[in-house]
Amino acid sequence: MSIGSTTPGAAAAGEQTREQVRPERATRRKKPLSEGKRQERRLGWLLCAPAAFVMVAVTAYPILYSFWLSLQRYDLKFPDEREFVWFENYVTVLGNGYWWSAFGVTMLITVVSVVIELVLGMGLALIMHRTLIGRGLVRTSALIPYGIVTVVAAFSWRYAWTPGTGYLANLVSPEGAPLTERASALAIIIGAEIWKTTPFMALLLMAGLALVPDDLLKAASMDGASAWQRFVRVMLPVMKPAILVALLFRTLDALRVFDNIYVLTAGANNTSSVSMIAYNNLIRGLNLGIGSTMSVLIFLTVAIIAFVFVKLFGTAAPGSDDGSKR
Amino acid sequence: MADIVLDKVTKSYPDGTVAVHGIDLEIADGEFIILVGPSGCGKSTTLNMIAGLEDITSGELRIGGQRVNDKAPKDRDIAMVFQSYALYPNMTVRENMAFPLRLAKMDKQLINQKVEEAARVLELTSYLDRKPANLSGGQRQRVAMGRAIVRSPKAFLMDEPLSNLDAKLRVQMRTQVSRLQKQLGTTTVYVTHDQTEAMTLGDRVVVMRAGYIQQVGDPQTLYDSPVNLFVAGFIGSPAMNFLPVTLESGLLRSPLGDLPLSDRLGSVLSAADAPRKLIMGIRPEHFEDARLVEGTDGFTFTAPVDLVESMGSDKYVYLNVDTRGGDTPASTDLAELAADAGGADLPEQNGLVTRLSAESRVREGADARVWLNLDKVHLFDPSTGTNLTLREEVAAG
Amino acid sequence: MNAKLKWGLLDAIVVVFALVPVLWIVSLSFKTTATLTDGNFIPRDWTLENYRTIFQTDQFVRALVNSIGIALISTVIAVVLGTMAAYAISRLDFPGKSLLVGVSLLIAMFPQVSLVSPLFDIERQAGLFDTWPGLILPYITFALPLAIYTLSAFFKQIPWDLEKAAKMDGATQAEAFRKVIAPLAAPGVFTTAILVFIFCWNDFLFAISLTSTEQSRTVPVALSFFTGASQFEDPTGAISAAAVVITIPIILFVLFFQKRIVAGLTSGAVKG
Repeated sequence: MSIGSTTPGAAAAGEQTREQVRPERATRRKKPLSEGKRQERRLGWLLCAPAAFVMVAVTAYPILYSFWLSLQRYDLKFPDEREFVWFENYVTVLGNGYWWSAFGVTMLITVVSVVIELVLGMGLALIMHRTLIGRGLVRTSALIPYGIVTVVAAFSWRYAWTPGTGYLANLVSPEGAPLTERASALAIIIGAEIWKTTPFMALLLMAGLALVPDDLLKAASMDGASAWQRFVRVMLPVMKPAILVALLFRTLDALRVFDNIYVLTAGANNTSSVSMIAYNNLIRGLNLGIGSTMSVLIFLTVAIIAFVFVKLFGTAAPGSDDGSKR
Repeated sequence: MADIVLDKVTKSYPDGTVAVHGIDLEIADGEFIILVGPSGCGKSTTLNMIAGLEDITSGELRIGGQRVNDKAPKDRDIAMVFQSYALYPNMTVRENMAFPLRLAKMDKQLINQKVEEAARVLELTSYLDRKPANLSGGQRQRVAMGRAIVRSPKAFLMDEPLSNLDAKLRVQMRTQVSRLQKQLGTTTVYVTHDQTEAMTLGDRVVVMRAGYIQQVGDPQTLYDSPVNLFVAGFIGSPAMNFLPVTLESGLLRSPLGDLPLSDRLGSVLSAADAPRKLIMGIRPEHFEDARLVEGTDGFTFTAPVDLVESMGSDKYVYLNVDTRGGDTPASTDLAELAADAGGADLPEQNGLVTRLSAESRVREGADARVWLNLDKVHLFDPSTGTNLTLREEVAAG
Repeated sequence: MNAKLKWGLLDAIVVVFALVPVLWIVSLSFKTTATLTDGNFIPRDWTLENYRTIFQTDQFVRALVNSIGIALISTVIAVVLGTMAAYAISRLDFPGKSLLVGVSLLIAMFPQVSLVSPLFDIERQAGLFDTWPGLILPYITFALPLAIYTLSAFFKQIPWDLEKAAKMDGATQAEAFRKVIAPLAAPGVFTTAILVFIFCWNDFLFAISLTSTEQSRTVPVALSFFTGASQFEDPTGAISAAAVVITIPIILFVLFFQKRIVAGLTSGAVKG
């Protein structure tokens, strides 16, 4: 401890922030609430109620209903045979090769496309963030894949790879039909996914890049760090939360892959994703029992992956800071 | 216009932290009162409770004799100036100032008249149709003031209104705020962490720490007779020097040498409960170059000069004296003061700051003979922080 | 100079990467039936025939009306509800707030196909199947998390003091919202509306699962059912033309509101 002269006032810069960090956060107050406080609560509930109601009514109820349906034999083509069969549908689905094939396809598409998107997205983010010329042009063009209707893009790819019609088919494999072979078809589907969603990934990463202070990079280069070292040692660690959020969002999004497959191959040659076969069973097959079983399984898969993500990376979930005011 | 009374006002949060501990304060009608203290002392919370922006956990707040604990801010008829100015960016200066009046459903013509009047007082007339984004910092500050004064409220609350201005403008605005307050005669509660602002502006200053009021008084009283170590260290710049001293056989053993006990100090220390280890506080201006005050009563010592800062009117001379001593009595007050000044992050300071006349010839690196005015010395109890000298003075009447 | 060249090259790669598939479908839409399968990137014979064809078929025009109507209505409702909720989340303190944030986060990650089968059955029973409301409802649901996040992020940028100031100036909470926050929030609301519109405009899974006739089919679905004027005619040209038509609003949004869209996507995503 020091006894000596002190200069008060010198260090009170963070003053008002620190004092206002905890505005009246009164959730379990026993004291009677003042007029303003009660008014605030009431208004809060009132404002959130419609949104909360719609979200819960359109998701929570159907997913429970879906679970209930999945315990029944329920085929709209044979409505009389509807009966409660416990977990028989699950046995059927999980014992079925097509389901596992679709599951594998979904995982493959997800992993490959997300990994490639992360790399490309990081590159694109760096370009959008740092380019010296034509920043507006680059950002505008990059937004087009994000905004365009997936089905439209899928048709563009489909015609591009259709033998005869397409510039890519003629260029890459003049005699084959890439969309009719499993490996090449999957590659095309993944390509289409990557094209469509890399810009979104890049935008999320760019938000992370914006958090890297310029001075930090300057300091690092003064300290003798090369461009690569600056990227790995300085930028990546600061960007980590943004990267995790981007990965989480994109992974869960990629698991839903449907539009591209529907248009490009319609699931032929074992290129169906889980969404695709669930759809086929339901809308084409009108088998609500099996379709619902698949719905529940997909929901569980996504829930597990999301859970693992959040557990592994802790704070990755955006908005999980309970949206406190600041 | 009204007086404001805080009666055992407490603010605690659900997590158990208490920001303000039952403070009592009576602010007279028309008074300009300053709440000052380091970060987290509860001054802003107190202001927000007066404003009605934060709930009062217990105690009573009366404005103009009326209990307003449960009233919404809009029903308290008080105006507030924010540190960030909080100007509505989508409105022009005129609309900003008219906003409270429009909410009060005042007549259009009257609104216009009041806004023009306020703009004239604050010299904003030519900026009335600009947006805040196109104003300088000082102008924005004045608009914020204008928005407060147009509606002639019962009281003004100001939350560090000048701290976003640069140093020069801050001094100018300080005078203007002071003049305006005198002119309007409206009760004003002003929060700042800057003790200079507190000393220059207020009729009375309330020094707060950790949710407690330390001392309330006019600026000179706080400066001359701080009730404890904290107030002594917080008020004044450069701050008061603190030295560990030990009472031994009628002498005060200090790092400066053995000080004789004057009558004044003697009577303090003869009190039965006075501890033997004390902290002595001396303000920088109570030192002088011994050459210039030959023959005056006091204590003279020699110390090596570390640094001389010439201010023109006088000189700040830093002396190499071990103010930490071997067996420093612990004091939480001092630890806190040091932390507030950023002391925790800096190498520990050790030495004396003195303010000597400009004629002084002391040179860096050489030894200086320095005189100390024993009449102005304060002695503090290290365990409680209480100013023992003051107790004697009060007792002596 | 060298750096500029390098960036110029990288920029060019990005632009080509982003635009080629779009230009390709545009090119197809202008090709004549004879040259449609020649594989040329640039049409040799230009024609507007494909556009004339699709605007003469009820199939497309009806779908376009459906798409516009459904997307607009969903956007308006989602943005209104989202604005209310986001304001409450970013500004007010009330029990259950973090629950709401958590629920909307869950929904943002929800596999939509899991809702298709129960909604199919529920909507069939409720008479909502193959109607506008039948699509609007799930659209609102999935657009709400997006709207709430983006809007909360925008609202949080509005200085907190302003609302306090408004209260001190005599406004009630509602007045503070209407007179101070709302005008400041308008750009954010607008941006959110664009994002939500793009989301609804884009949907395929719900549209194809919860509709069965032209009555409520949207363009993406109609595209996949195009067969051409006669059974044996190749629909490629017509599909391309229709695809270009529904891409136009997206291109317009991107061209005129690039900055806002980027701001909306980035602010909403990183710090919710």
